[in-house]
Amino acid sequence: MKSLVEITNMIKTYVMGSNVVRALDGIDISINSGEFVSIVGPSGSGKSTLMNMIGCLDVPDSGLYMLDGVDVSALKDKNLAGIRSEKIGFVFQGFNLLQKFTALENVELPLIYRGFTHRKRKQMAIEALDRVGLADRMHHKPTELSGGQQQRVAVARALAGDPPVLLADEPTGNLDTHTGAEILDMLDTIHSQGNTIILITHDNMLAHQAKRKIEIRDGIITNDEEVRK
Amino acid sequence: MNFLQSLKMALSSIFSNKGRSFLTMLGVIIGVAAVIAATGFAEGSTASITESIEALGSNQLTVSITGRNSNRDVDYEDFREFTDEYPDLISKMAPTVSGSSTIKYGTNSSDSVSVVGTSPDYADIQDMHVQNGRYILELDMEYRQKIAVIGTAVVGELFDGADPVGETIKIDGTPFIVVGVLEEKDGGQDGGEDDTIIIPVTTAQRVYKSSTIRTFTVLVNDSERVDEAQETIEAFLTDVYQSEDAFRVFNSAMILDTLSDVTQTLAIILGGIAIISLVVGGIGIMNIMLVSVTERTREIGIRKAIGARKSSIMIQFIIEALVLTGLGGILGILIGIGAIYTIISNFVPPVVAPTWALMSFLFSLFIGLVFGIFPAYKAANLNPIEALRYE
Repeated sequence: MKSLVEITNMIKTYVMGSNVVRALDGIDISINSGEFVSIVGPSGSGKSTLMNMIGCLDVPDSGLYMLDGVDVSALKDKNLAGIRSEKIGFVFQGFNLLQKFTALENVELPLIYRGFTHRKRKQMAIEALDRVGLADRMHHKPTELSGGQQQRVAVARALAGDPPVLLADEPTGNLDTHTGAEILDMLDTIHSQGNTIILITHDNMLAHQAKRKIEIRDGIITNDEEVRK
Repeated sequence: MNFLQSLKMALSSIFSNKGRSFLTMLGVIIGVAAVIAATGFAEGSTASITESIEALGSNQLTVSITGRNSNRDVDYEDFREFTDEYPDLISKMAPTVSGSSTIKYGTNSSDSVSVVGTSPDYADIQDMHVQNGRYILELDMEYRQKIAVIGTAVVGELFDGADPVGETIKIDGTPFIVVGVLEEKDGGQDGGEDDTIIIPVTTAQRVYKSSTIRTFTVLVNDSERVDEAQETIEAFLTDVYQSEDAFRVFNSAMILDTLSDVTQTLAIILGGIAIISLVVGGIGIMNIMLVSVTERTREIGIRKAIGARKSSIMIQFIIEALVLTGLGGILGILIGIGAIYTIISNFVPPVVAPTWALMSFLFSLFIGLVFGIFPAYKAANLNPIEALRYE
């Protein structure tokens, strides 16, 4: 299978006062297209930094990052926005929907930045909402939706442009157990339809819902195993 | 992302916070409204002055005598003799000696009525007509008759509906016989054109103890020959006073020139005020937009995370500033026009200057651009990771 995410010896340091924190201390990861991978680690392990790197929100100090055949580590901020727009779909812990927009408008937003025509992006957004089972709620604003529904809108937003990577950062963190399980089931279904999903969490139980679990601690990968058939 | 999409986003963000948007625009609204109202007032007064100057006709000359230390003065007879030498050039001539007097008839009296001492030609030059009785005649001039032709406002104030012709009125205590009543010109209002008394200039010189006549109005036969007439009059007066500084001869074109100079100065002053008030309005917009960028940090973070480029964010905020100032400009223009038609129209004819409206609109857009750039730049350069973490 084709390698979608290829990270080699990635290093990222932060200066916190007089301390230099090595958030990523030589990471090597290879994720193939179609995988469902979880990255798990306690807070301060460097998993958020790694997510920012995979999601092209930040650039590493050194190391190589090939995303879908593009050397992202050498790109400038302006081009990173373009990569995020085309290659990455984000799902956040806090949903991060725009409160003043309806569900449909929220899902359309990344498509606007991709430059799709009005008709095309409406059609794509409705399809994505349909995939998460919220087509009938598309004219509701986030405040009129439950937490689980809001997260499903966020998943639809991430899926709408059909990006190669779906990056979910603690997607169940703000939800109760039952709703969280529903969201995970949905991610599993989406994975089974062929999407690549990277799940970032501190919860080991949750991490086992993926097919492959990568453990990170102090900026180093400590374990990488298949957890579910 | 295209322009229309950015415009839609800007509009939705402006309308989702109407109260604040209005307050943000207020500086621009007031600035533009002030410009429109002020220029409307200036143009309105210019129009009405121009109209009254043009009503004089282009073939009219006004001679103003300022010389004092001469042995010889030009009185009515002298000027009459001079103009009579050029009957094909100068058709009418009227001297004016004006004063303001208290008029009494019986126990009725009227203060500060404009009294004009002049000649029979004045009626033609000023387009006056007698509705009852007669106008002053050459003979009245010769014999310094104490006769008066009165305007309808004077009739209304003193005569209580009685026929004034043949009655005796007192102008500053001197008795005059009313020989005629003028036709109404501006509705008989107090202090207007109808609040006037016409008497022979020779009589006026005595009443107002004015040995010299300072003003003559001359009507030239042919408007093509105004310059020639002006030169002839100037030659005559130079000969009399032995100086070119003792008098001035004006034609209506010159007066209009002077007026347009005044209007231009006024326009520059107003333009300055406009720029200052709009700059102040622009600073207000920048302030609010900086606050708005901070408030919307999370929104900006989300937008950037899902693929908005710096330029998209920048354009969004600049368009927001442009729409704010543009809307402010339009509202300002409408309020300004409203002020012209409700308040200013009480003083001068209502005129809306379209060039000023367009200029102030464009200038408010320019202000939006200038003062929108800094907040937009700030928004565009937010770090998406930190922006997403912002609560």
